[in-house]
Amino acid sequence: MTNPSGIGQSVRRREDFRFITGNGQYTDDINRSGQTYAVFVRSPHAHATIKSLDIADARKAPGVRAVLTGKDLAADKIGGLICGWMIHSKDGSPMKAGGHPALAVDKVRYVGDHVAVVIADTLNQAKDAAELVNVDYDALKATVDVASTQKPGQPQIHPEAPNNTVYQWHLGDKAATDAAFAKAAHVTKIELVNNRLIPNAMEPRAAIGEYDRGSGSYTTHTTSQNPHVARLVMSAFIGIAPENKLRVIAPDVGGGFGSKIFIYAEEVVCTWAAKKVGRPVKWTADRTEAFLSDAHGRDHITTAEAAIDATGKVQAIRVKTIANLGAYLSTFSSSVPTYLYAPLLSGQYDIPAIYCEVDGVYTNTAPVDAYRGAGRPEATFVVERLMEVSARQLKKDPAEFRMHNFIKTFPHQTPVIMAYDIGDYPASMKKALEMADYANFSKRRDASAKQGKLRGIGFSAYIEACGIAPSKAVGSLGAGVGLWESAEVRVNPVGTVEVLTGSHSHGQGHETTFAQLVSHKLGIPIEQVSIVHGDTDKVQMGMGTYGSRSGAVGMSAIFVALDKVIKKATTVAAACMEVPVDQVDFEDGSFSARGTNKKMAFGEVALQAYVAHKFDSSVIEPGLKEGAFYDPKNFTFPSGVHIAEVEIEPDTGLTKVVRWTAVDDFGTLMNPMIVEGQVHGGIAQGIGQAMLEGAVYNDAGQLVTASFMDYCMPRADDLPSFDVGMTTTVCPSNPLGIKGCGEAGAIAAPPALINAITDALGHENIAMPATPQAVWRAAQAMPRKQAAE
Amino acid sequence: MSKVSMTVNGQSVSEDVEPRMLLVQFLREQLLLTGTHVGCDTSQCGACVVHVNGRAIKSCTALAIACEGATVTTIEGIGSESNLHPMQEAFREHHALQCGYCTPGMIMASIDIVNRKGHKLDEQTIREELEGNICRCTGYHNIVKAVGAGAAAMAKTPA
Ligand code: FES
Ligand code: FES
Repeated sequence: MTNPSGIGQSVRRREDFRFITGNGQYTDDINRSGQTYAVFVRSPHAHATIKSLDIADARKAPGVRAVLTGKDLAADKIGGLICGWMIHSKDGSPMKAGGHPALAVDKVRYVGDHVAVVIADTLNQAKDAAELVNVDYDALKATVDVASTQKPGQPQIHPEAPNNTVYQWHLGDKAATDAAFAKAAHVTKIELVNNRLIPNAMEPRAAIGEYDRGSGSYTTHTTSQNPHVARLVMSAFIGIAPENKLRVIAPDVGGGFGSKIFIYAEEVVCTWAAKKVGRPVKWTADRTEAFLSDAHGRDHITTAEAAIDATGKVQAIRVKTIANLGAYLSTFSSSVPTYLYAPLLSGQYDIPAIYCEVDGVYTNTAPVDAYRGAGRPEATFVVERLMEVSARQLKKDPAEFRMHNFIKTFPHQTPVIMAYDIGDYPASMKKALEMADYANFSKRRDASAKQGKLRGIGFSAYIEACGIAPSKAVGSLGAGVGLWESAEVRVNPVGTVEVLTGSHSHGQGHETTFAQLVSHKLGIPIEQVSIVHGDTDKVQMGMGTYGSRSGAVGMSAIFVALDKVIKKATTVAAACMEVPVDQVDFEDGSFSARGTNKKMAFGEVALQAYVAHKFDSSVIEPGLKEGAFYDPKNFTFPSGVHIAEVEIEPDTGLTKVVRWTAVDDFGTLMNPMIVEGQVHGGIAQGIGQAMLEGAVYNDAGQLVTASFMDYCMPRADDLPSFDVGMTTTVCPSNPLGIKGCGEAGAIAAPPALINAITDALGHENIAMPATPQAVWRAAQAMPRKQAAE
Repeated sequence: MSKVSMTVNGQSVSEDVEPRMLLVQFLREQLLLTGTHVGCDTSQCGACVVHVNGRAIKSCTALAIACEGATVTTIEGIGSESNLHPMQEAFREHHALQCGYCTPGMIMASIDIVNRKGHKLDEQTIREELEGNICRCTGYHNIVKAVGAGAAAMAKTPA
């Protein structure tokens, strides 16, 4: 019997009703009795010392309850923001991190840096009073450019980090790599910029801090992807209150894409200030603040080389990257251009030697941290640009060149940490070639040429590491936390089920997919299942949602807890039916005693577990509730091939994405509709990176792209519809066979598109974003022969 | 403070407001109709779209007092629990939302597109007409499908 709401069904989302009717509860929708409003005074300078800070006028303004500064934080012994991943440089020294106070003391280091907070009875009063805070700055020269920030003579941002260098890290075997280059028949060398992006979840960040004098405990509502991690950091490191006196709630969250993983100054300050003013303190970013102060993404400059032998096999890859970390180290920033980046440089390819060096550097810009894909898009961009350019230089078909180099047997140990468990790379390539009608591409190119247009096709065969992550392994690499996930399955006496999960849904649809798993395993209708998440008072502990981990890790935890529930329920059923436990089978929601006609529905067994009349409670404990902490055995390795096809008007530079083919291998699909939605969204962000988006700071460190008028978000008419297909190799590293799907599109898309645009133009390089102007310039400089061909 | 009166989702309301209060603040803060969202401060994102006198507007761009006497419809006013608006139903059926933040504005804008452009909408028209609404989650693929399907369904349902 197929369960209509079981694994693999495109069940319509259960969370949608509240969103389509306007009944979502996002943080800013929540109002607490007596709440006050916080407005942050932010630095207008990229780099300056604070000579004096005069709050007297602001303090006297109407409605103002408090004006607080870094000195007040220090007086209350509130610690600074932290970076939770220790990276060691190649010389063995620990990374050189400067302090990161929640409100600046003495110095500001980027435009938007928090200097003071004004708290008043209304938002307008707080805004008006914030204008009266008088900060006397001594402006310093700023260092903004990632390529030059380490050079002698540049302004020094933190005294702890000479030459603005946080670490000089490396991975891989340098000697073996250099040897392969010495022998190479062909060397491909490219220079790349991975453009800086601003995540721009549509819901701006927000926080409401509250303090209950009676119990001495705090509650923080905040836009977080991982409320438990927020509580841990605010308790253990920042010191606002011990964990048992701090409740963090992340209600409906309007998108995250990484930017809501981190613990920011604003939620810390609102929580701390709630006790000081004796009222709830609410803050909601406006979009300009979001642009200035959300952690940004990417921002690498890279030199990459491939050593290729006479048979066309890549024998080695050598990479040197400078990664911009911004003015302060955000929560996970140090890990993104290191352990989330270089271990993916083997791509889908069997490459014997890889060596990668990464310098992480400070600049006077907003902190840079994980953004959808986090390190993996940067790695894929390097690998897939290298493969494409190599194929062109060797005059090989780009698909065949990739196939020739694919890993074909599993498990496969790469030279950069990762042990790929399973995959079938040729299968997704073949399927993608078919779906994209690659065989007839040249005809389409000719047809475009007849209309004076340039058509190009580009490939991206990506890999990512998801299911983050085996705790011991990441601990050995410097992570400050374990990356398991928790689940608790509570069966109620009437047979309804609540699942408490440490994962957090901010668009992923966990209320549906997680309930599908329960419905599937317990054989009960999905309507009887509720998913509870996002509240540290309800869910004991969890690590949250990012890195496409909630399917592979979060659902695996539920899977294990459900097995325990079934085991316990089986003992109850056996006692009730008066048969030995090993004669009881559980299928389709009922327990049956083999060889008899005795049967009990799951709900009846649940009731009996709580009534506890029919078994010896000294042998079987009453109740039916089980929990699990699931620590993954390995990363998972989703992979796939995306093919972009573009048409360019050389006279205007207008580039249209005319066709997009995505073939992904995510292992088991819990809900194909939701998985495809994740692919669509990821591709859109990847196309955004490649063609539209780019954060620009001028030399003075002013963010020039600080609104949707200046930062080009993908809109409906910038994008095509997408052809999405799947191939499946079931992941052996978790009980459900799931690999993860959240970031694939954002990882795959940029190189596919740049490969397509350069194919059309006959140029080896075009910088992202390939705006019409950039494409037009390149088209003007292109060898005309190709257009005529 | 000035007094402003209007009809919101069929109910007459009359409130004292600051002259600088925006319609979206009036709806969210004064009437607690928090289905209408704010996604930007430059009238770019469309999270705040509502209908004023039957036409879609960005409610972050209108002062509350400028809506004196107007008839305003928000996402809370277009369907009931047992009787969703066909456009709401189409968004659910076609998985046209993920985080849901852009969704109320998208649905209100989409209904307006149908009102202006009719029930047979091709993909290009839908994409162009949605230009004023940003969604960061869905890549628009399923929104475009939903708007087409919702438009067709609206032809069958009495307005
Ligand atoms: S909030 Fe009105 S357009 Fe963005
Ligand atoms: S569904 Fe999240 S912004 Fe559209």
